[in-house]
Amino acid sequence: MLTKRIIPCLDVRAGKVTKGVRFEGNVDVGDPVRMAREYYEQGADEIVFYDITASNERRDIFIDVVRAVAREIFIPFSVGGGLRSPDDLRRVLLAGAEKVSIDSGAVRNPQLIADGARAFGNQCIVLSMQVKQVGPTEGTPSGYEIVIDGGRTYTGLDAIEWAKRGVELGAGELCVNSIDRDGTTEGFDIELTRRMAEAVGIPVIASGGGGTPAHLAEVFTDGRADAAILASILHYGEYTISEIKRHLSAAGVEVRLT
Amino acid sequence: MIAIIDYRAGNLQSVLRAVEHLGHEVAITDDPDVIRTADRVIFPGVGAAGSTMENLRRLGLDGVLRDEVFPAGTPMLGICIGIQIVFERSEEDDAECLGILPGRVRRFAGGPGLKVPQIGWNRVRFERPHPLFDGVPDGSHFYFVNSYFPEPADDSLVFARSSYGEPFACVVGERNLVATQFHLEKSGPIGLRMLDNFCRWDGVTAGPAGS
Repeated sequence: MLTKRIIPCLDVRAGKVTKGVRFEGNVDVGDPVRMAREYYEQGADEIVFYDITASNERRDIFIDVVRAVAREIFIPFSVGGGLRSPDDLRRVLLAGAEKVSIDSGAVRNPQLIADGARAFGNQCIVLSMQVKQVGPTEGTPSGYEIVIDGGRTYTGLDAIEWAKRGVELGAGELCVNSIDRDGTTEGFDIELTRRMAEAVGIPVIASGGGGTPAHLAEVFTDGRADAAILASILHYGEYTISEIKRHLSAAGVEVRLT
Repeated sequence: MIAIIDYRAGNLQSVLRAVEHLGHEVAITDDPDVIRTADRVIFPGVGAAGSTMENLRRLGLDGVLRDEVFPAGTPMLGICIGIQIVFERSEEDDAECLGILPGRVRRFAGGPGLKVPQIGWNRVRFERPHPLFDGVPDGSHFYFVNSYFPEPADDSLVFARSSYGEPFACVVGERNLVATQFHLEKSGPIGLRMLDNFCRWDGVTAGPAGS
């Protein structure tokens, strides 16, 4: 029986961790290597880093961050942001990441999922998606639409259909981020998470809106998530991961206590 | 010096970083002479049984491990695919393996709620003491990524089990050989402790961890 996983998410821009609300108004909150080390010591089960740097020149700074993190923490970590080709995937994996998280790059070129899975194994490919609630339409019958480019571009893709396609192409895990909840700490989109978990046979990572231990317990039970991403409440020190896990354990959710 | 065997499997670098972090002298190598004279040998990695065995044979390392390093009493640690190839045969690729330990390797049956491969943290229960477990609480969680698991022919080879739909052996060993299905190098401080215990082990199963 596998435990439910708590995954801190670090958005990295120009070598610093940054956080916004609904992808806007970002402020720097710290050094990525120091923060990763702290979350590792608190009992994070995994860590995800997103490179939200715009320019290519600064990607090298990000790769240096990945290398430094790999020397400091001894749990799996994944890397995403701006990954568009198998060579991009190879570069972050060689720098020490366990998994890659592909998002806009997979929407533009779905073959990237298949190529990545074949080259590095399904277990290594996380299909990450930014989802916006739009109400059911002909093109998006689930009422959830895939949005890319940091929330700026609507794709017309139905989120549930895209998830199923991603699994067929070889994704090993699904990370579902609700843009409507991102950074709000108002709670996860439980319905979205549950519908994804019911639609696919691979682990689902819930993201966006986690603000309290009760939100996590809800997304792990009613939402059927296998893992959940947290950012704001950890970055601003409202809870530590060990506090959250003690709450979850008391609520009957199996977690790894350290 | 600790030799990490390079048989073209994935994940070697993360084991190297972990052993370096613990302060031990370590190198990745496929040189039979370096492996023969190493103080300890680690064969980690992510890969399929068939291609892993092909690589070992092509590099001439299958015999070095089975007929030289193991009989010499050198402490040996297999991780992930490394626990599988020490048995006689694997269902994966129907591969003939090293045959150092009697038994075979089977695929998880899977089922509702049991995705294959299992990817994540699972609880490990000790069956018998081992120097690797020094300072590690029974029932700790370790990080697994596997579709296949070892099934030793003899229960006396099993030092710990975990459960994924069915119980399975996740630490096996005999004499100077010990192997784990989970990733010590990705299992946090507890994993590092177990890895450090190996790096200090003298290869005598019955005794306490050397220091």
